[in-house]
Amino acid sequence: MDITSATAAGPPPGPGNAPDPAERQGGTTTRLGDRIFLGLSRGSGILLLAIMAAIAVFLTIRAASALSHNEGNFFTTFEWRANSTPPVFGIAVLAFGTVVSSVIAMAIAVPVAIGIALFISHYAPRKLATPLSYVIDLLAAVPSIVYGLWGALFLVPHLGGLYSWLDDYFGWTGIFAYHDGAARSLFTIGILLAIMILPIVTSVSREVFLQAPKMHEEAALALGATRWEVIRTAVLPFGRSGVISASMLGLGRALGETMAVATVLSPSFEIGTSLLDPGGGTFAQNIASSFKESGEIGKDALIASGLVLFVLTLLVNGAARLIIARRKEYTA
Amino acid sequence: MSEVAMDQPSGAVPGARRSSSSLHQPRLPRWAPAAIAAAALAVGVGIGAGAGLSSRIQWGLLAAVLYVAGTFALATRVEGVRQAKDRLATSLVWVCFLLAVVPLVSLIWETVSRGSSVLDGGFLSHSMGGVLTIQPGGGVYHAIIGTLEQVGIATAIAAPIGLLTAIYLVEYGRGRLAKAVTFFVDVMTGIPSIVAGLFVLSFWILMLDNGYSGFAGSMALAILMMPVVVRSTEEMLKLVPNELREASLALGVPKWRTILKVVLPTAIGGIATGVMLSVARIAGESAPIVLLVFGSQLINNNPFEGAQSSLPYYIYEQWAAGNDASYDRAWAAALVLIAFVMILNLVARGIARWKAPKAGR
Repeated sequence: MDITSATAAGPPPGPGNAPDPAERQGGTTTRLGDRIFLGLSRGSGILLLAIMAAIAVFLTIRAASALSHNEGNFFTTFEWRANSTPPVFGIAVLAFGTVVSSVIAMAIAVPVAIGIALFISHYAPRKLATPLSYVIDLLAAVPSIVYGLWGALFLVPHLGGLYSWLDDYFGWTGIFAYHDGAARSLFTIGILLAIMILPIVTSVSREVFLQAPKMHEEAALALGATRWEVIRTAVLPFGRSGVISASMLGLGRALGETMAVATVLSPSFEIGTSLLDPGGGTFAQNIASSFKESGEIGKDALIASGLVLFVLTLLVNGAARLIIARRKEYTA
Repeated sequence: MSEVAMDQPSGAVPGARRSSSSLHQPRLPRWAPAAIAAAALAVGVGIGAGAGLSSRIQWGLLAAVLYVAGTFALATRVEGVRQAKDRLATSLVWVCFLLAVVPLVSLIWETVSRGSSVLDGGFLSHSMGGVLTIQPGGGVYHAIIGTLEQVGIATAIAAPIGLLTAIYLVEYGRGRLAKAVTFFVDVMTGIPSIVAGLFVLSFWILMLDNGYSGFAGSMALAILMMPVVVRSTEEMLKLVPNELREASLALGVPKWRTILKVVLPTAIGGIATGVMLSVARIAGESAPIVLLVFGSQLINNNPFEGAQSSLPYYIYEQWAAGNDASYDRAWAAALVLIAFVMILNLVARGIARWKAPKAGR
């Protein structure tokens, strides 16, 4: 890079060949400035990598010290008494709650997000499409604690009716059993998380749908396809991998969401069969809620659970990015 | 426009159901969807009120289901299965969109209507010092100070690093290092905020034995902000036409001056937008604040020492206090926070629109 810029800097000003020494001097000064600038910018790139590495290293160190004190099995213990002596804690309940609430969120959010993305890319009048996508982006701009407040003070009281209805008709499954009380349950969390991850899934899917080859769509139209048939045959197959990676990005968000869950859920350390009854917990929620009462080992135990969350989101996000990257190579 | 294009050929498809003599397939009149929607709404509300369903959400869901089913049934009878499926898809897509708008509207409505009752000059200019949580009164002044300082410091750390990284990726980056940085910036975008908080906790507070402070929170916020700045800046720098760079280099300008004087000024609007959007994102983060800043009822102007508060944390705290007076304060603080974030968003988009079309050709 240096060499090319130095040679590029050389010839033009003079009327032909500039004398050698002068040019070399000019060359060295540019190289010095360039070197500093390159060093700075490369340095900050390396710094970013270093931060990522440091996060992994520091969390692992603290987690290891917590695990060495743990009297229970970290993966299968159903309780969290990290501050008692001896400390006993395990992530089974947290892992269950995190996965279940995220899966519910995905089940609600992904179909709706695909619908909205199609609405913006193929159904809405052109003039409406841009403002509408702004509206969806606004959903992303609302801070998570505000979702939490809204969820706890508005959504929870309004879901009671729906839950008792579900209990009346599907209560026999056990999953939808509901005993009256505040609906501060994993299912409510799932609904709230679905609303929160909607914007990211929508915006990524929308981009993919907009890239669908126009020629294919027009060909389908020319064969007499209805609008839905065009979408089914030309748009959706093209966008499938994009939608998958968008969903995984959303999943990453849902797994790590903290404050909204901490405000809405009423946590407990047992796994019930019912999703509608209060109880359960997630990694992030547990860290935020029990942090202030934690001593030294308690904090390390929370860091250990945070490490699990970190690895989980890393895997999900990494996979999503790899899918996107592969797709790019293939369409470009 | 596509509808017109579709009608003719679909009538000509052999095997499609149509009335015997005419070439045109029978169609539902244009006002049919609106009429079905109105009917579904009326029936939904009727059933909801009649059966004594307490939740309005159920009324809405009922109406939505009725609308979709009604459209499908009617279209199947009149227009045939293919058109009916098309209409079904259309109405499902519309329902999806409405489903997304409902929570947004409800959230904004609740926040504005409940928050504005307490929000006044006194609320903005007083702290919670000497106010019991069950008393009305008090304010968010200390939280606003905390948020502004923490976000300001985080921006001061993250913006230059993010900017330089983006410059590296676009202007210099080839080879393995650049690929690694790109990948990890993407992955870093997905780090949960609580994990960033835990990292700073383990490194800055537990290991280096510093106390809780606004600065510790800023570091976590900076970690969350960097990848967003890198990503948006990178996109903007890529939009700068190569001809500009080549022209500058051809005039004998060194590369670093080309970047500073030609590339950056061209993209500055987009870069500013990206930075402001990322500021808006971290301003609402509360998880790291809980771990690192600890929260306080009092005004603390020094971000480097002692506990502070911040707007998101204040909302959490007031919600946790769990009584009417504190709920009111929580809503009012939420209104302040949303207003702050929305204004940042709107200004950012304004800048983007104002500066955008320069790129390209």
